[in-house]
Amino acid sequence: MSAPLLQLQNIVVEHARRSVLDVPCLDILPNEVLAVVGPNGAGKSTLLRIIGLLEQPSRGKVLFAGRPISGNSLNFRRRMAFVFQEPLLLDTSIEGNVRTGLSLRGVPANDRQRRVEEWTTRFGIAGLRRRSARTLSGGEAQRTSLARAMVLEPEILLLDEPFSSLDAPTREALIDDLDAVLTSKRVATVFVTHDRAEALRLGDRIAVLMGGKVRQLGTAAEVFSSPVDSEVAAFVGVETIVPGRIREVSSGLASIIVGENTIEATTELPPGSDVLVCLRPEDVTVSGLADATLMSARNRLRVAVTRVRPAGPYVRMELDAGFNLVAHITKQSLEELAISPGANAIASFKATAVHLIPHRPG
Amino acid sequence: MDLIWDGVTEALRLIFSGNGYVYEVTFTSLLVSGSATLIALVLGLGIASFLAFRAPPGRTLALSAFNAGMALPPVAVGLLVSIMLWRTGPLGQLHLLYSRTAIVIAQAVIATPVVAALSTAALQGLNPNLRLQVLALGASRWQAALLLFREARLSLLAAGMAGFGAAISEVGATIMVGGNIKGSTRTLTSAIVLEVQQGDFETAIALSFILLAVILGIITVFTMLQQRRPPA
Repeated sequence: MSAPLLQLQNIVVEHARRSVLDVPCLDILPNEVLAVVGPNGAGKSTLLRIIGLLEQPSRGKVLFAGRPISGNSLNFRRRMAFVFQEPLLLDTSIEGNVRTGLSLRGVPANDRQRRVEEWTTRFGIAGLRRRSARTLSGGEAQRTSLARAMVLEPEILLLDEPFSSLDAPTREALIDDLDAVLTSKRVATVFVTHDRAEALRLGDRIAVLMGGKVRQLGTAAEVFSSPVDSEVAAFVGVETIVPGRIREVSSGLASIIVGENTIEATTELPPGSDVLVCLRPEDVTVSGLADATLMSARNRLRVAVTRVRPAGPYVRMELDAGFNLVAHITKQSLEELAISPGANAIASFKATAVHLIPHRPG
Repeated sequence: MDLIWDGVTEALRLIFSGNGYVYEVTFTSLLVSGSATLIALVLGLGIASFLAFRAPPGRTLALSAFNAGMALPPVAVGLLVSIMLWRTGPLGQLHLLYSRTAIVIAQAVIATPVVAALSTAALQGLNPNLRLQVLALGASRWQAALLLFREARLSLLAAGMAGFGAAISEVGATIMVGGNIKGSTRTLTSAIVLEVQQGDFETAIALSFILLAVILGIITVFTMLQQRRPPA
């Protein structure tokens, strides 16, 4: 693994004597996109401002390329670029906005012009260069903000929920463009979002920030399929979290008692362990009672459908299996199943889809 | 009405006949009030930046003081500056009393709270994250302040106009610290007071119209600057 580009060491931020951020250690690696996810008020923006040297921590150190930053941080700030949730454009043209950071650095006029042309073109706003920033749509304004950041050719790009105020089609298009830019430039990026899908899409590593602490840090696969605790699990979209106890383990396959059901899951935990059984709704399939024998999944539970409601591109089905179980199925599947609340069905899921979190019953 | 009409006619005659007295008091007014406004802008913007961006403890108290300062009675300022500049006062050895500099000081004391209070409100009205964005673009503290002044230019120029208005229209403190000395510290406002005291209402009205024309001209320039499209 290459040496970290930026390191946070024992960072504590207190506002009005209340700790809002407590990060003992966090490394930003070269070329990586680190997505920081967490609920509102988790301290994500504070973390980004500390990394961007826009706020002084109450305690702790920030190291850039191994060098601790103290005193005047201007030279280090000029090696980074920051995009806020709001575009925060200056009252001038798009071109004027994109040029501002270069002018502040004293970049020669011809180089400045070349770079402005390059980045306004890459973000699809070259035709609007002379337009006043005040006349732009939300999407155009955020494209300008991204071009204004990338034109600086930063070593670290900091993005603070840049898509959250955009409508869905605009957001999708802009994420596509940013994804292409990040893939080609491989600039180290810290991307704060509360949207799990955006984090999965752009992040190489994901940090889950809750209550000012990094609760989990790992690859997208690690965080989303193996959350470390029930709160992280709930945040990353695990909708079924029920307590159980491992009865026996054989060749890595555990039988877990959950209420009156037995669930099979792969684990390295020993028999007798109390666990939280976590299941993502997209890993649960639902079938009619007659079709159950055709399934290869290790877990098949007889359930009663308690609620069915549309949830965007799929249907969210709440099931009673002696505990609450949630499944996401397609609209076509629902039509084929022809089941409604009150009907019985079979819910099935693979042993490998079950994630177990060691748990001490409270 | 005849008196006013005669005053307008007299004003035009004084202006176009090249009357040295009128040009001299007009020049003195512009010099002292322009200097006082410039000082008020420098001090006022500095104070406003400190209060708006640094948010020091006691900011509300300081802002209350500057807001109250907008209603400073000019005669009280005149008296205070006079006491400071008296031969026996703390600044007496500078021998500034009854000089143009003394008027500049008094007018700057009157205009600074106006500029400071209105500029602080203007800068506080900016999106708080804009300052962070400007710093994140790589601005030094000075560059950031200038960029933010440009963003708040509409309100800051209004503050400048209010400061200039307070300075050039001031008369009580001007007479107290300047002495209304012909050829030296007589301004348009102090000249008007003198003409009224002497019963020469025609000349007083003429000087008033000239004062209004000067204010209108300068405020128009400020307004054109204010309403100009931002540079690309």
